Amino acid sequence: MKARRWIPHPLLSLCLLLVWLLLMNDLSLGHFLLGALLGWAIPLLTQVFWINPPKVDKPFKLCLFLLRILGDIVMANLQVAKLILGPTAKLRPAFVEIPLLLEDELALTMLTSIISLTPGTVSADLSDDHKTLLVHGLDVPDAEALVAEIKQRYEAPLLEVFTCSTT
Amino acid sequence: MLDYVIPLCLVIIGMALVLTMARLIKGPDLPDRILALDTLYINAIAILVLFGVWLGSDLYFEAALLIAVMGFIGTVAVAKYLLRGDIIE
Amino acid sequence: MAFWIEALVALFLLLGSLFALVGAIGLYRLPDFFMRLHGPTKASTLGVGGMVIASMIYFSFSGKGISLHELLIALFLFITAPVSAHMLAKAAMQQKLHINKETRGKPWEQ
Repeated sequence: MKARRWIPHPLLSLCLLLVWLLLMNDLSLGHFLLGALLGWAIPLLTQVFWINPPKVDKPFKLCLFLLRILGDIVMANLQVAKLILGPTAKLRPAFVEIPLLLEDELALTMLTSIISLTPGTVSADLSDDHKTLLVHGLDVPDAEALVAEIKQRYEAPLLEVFTCSTT
Repeated sequence: MLDYVIPLCLVIIGMALVLTMARLIKGPDLPDRILALDTLYINAIAILVLFGVWLGSDLYFEAALLIAVMGFIGTVAVAKYLLRGDIIE
Repeated sequence: MAFWIEALVALFLLLGSLFALVGAIGLYRLPDFFMRLHGPTKASTLGVGGMVIASMIYFSFSGKGISLHELLIALFLFITAPVSAHMLAKAAMQQKLHINKETRGKPWEQ
């Protein structure tokens, strides 16, 4: 418990260190120490503002998932480019509602961002009770297939990574 | 080879900027114009990075990063204004 | 600089600018606002991504050591582009913009 009090958010600290090193564009020991100091001090000083910190269960799995998303983004862009350059009259846009299981706020944010960045869909609105997500698709032949794909491909791994009480 | 490719890329992005400007002028509604402004700043970042490669200078990185940060804040502020009629509640 | 590195840089620069162009074309020619939203959020962001990768390769091989800080721009854009798209979509739904008549499904009212 003691370690938890001195380093309240280990992942955030790691991210801050990484961003600092990238920003300085320098891997020397001095910058490493300064980055580590910042990564330690900033979460400690801003602890009060983190009302419900995200609980990442499997950070390694999250990284793998993010890598796969990166591949998906490139594929999705080729697809969207084809749709945009093709005849616009043939497109079948649609609003689709997706029921959600996720509860954690960070996980929800990630899911909406991923939906916006991947295959021809933009998340448009989240219902007030965080249970349904409204998605606009550029070319949707089959709405139910789209819902099933998003739930299975993106929501299921996120559910696994974040400890969500699925009650 | 880069001497030929970079001017070509500048022309391509210039065309993108012209199309975005056309949408900005045409509208027809406010969200369209905000979206056009958003695209303009993203393209501006692309041009800055390209220019940095052309001149072989690291200096343009800071400007591009600043534009990324400020542009996002601007877009969110204007969208918020449309949503609520107020930026800071 | 070796030829193949220069070729790689040129390839990524061309890809990036072409994606940016595709995003702008989408913004210009698609019929309604929600469809126009797709172009800039995806294509333009990836366009900048391509540019950034090219710049990273170029500066890493130009003799001053590895240069990765351009990655921050791409990272930041990939985080913020969906957020601004979401805000714009919400604003557009609240303003009840014209929606293309072929669109199935309806935006809800809250």
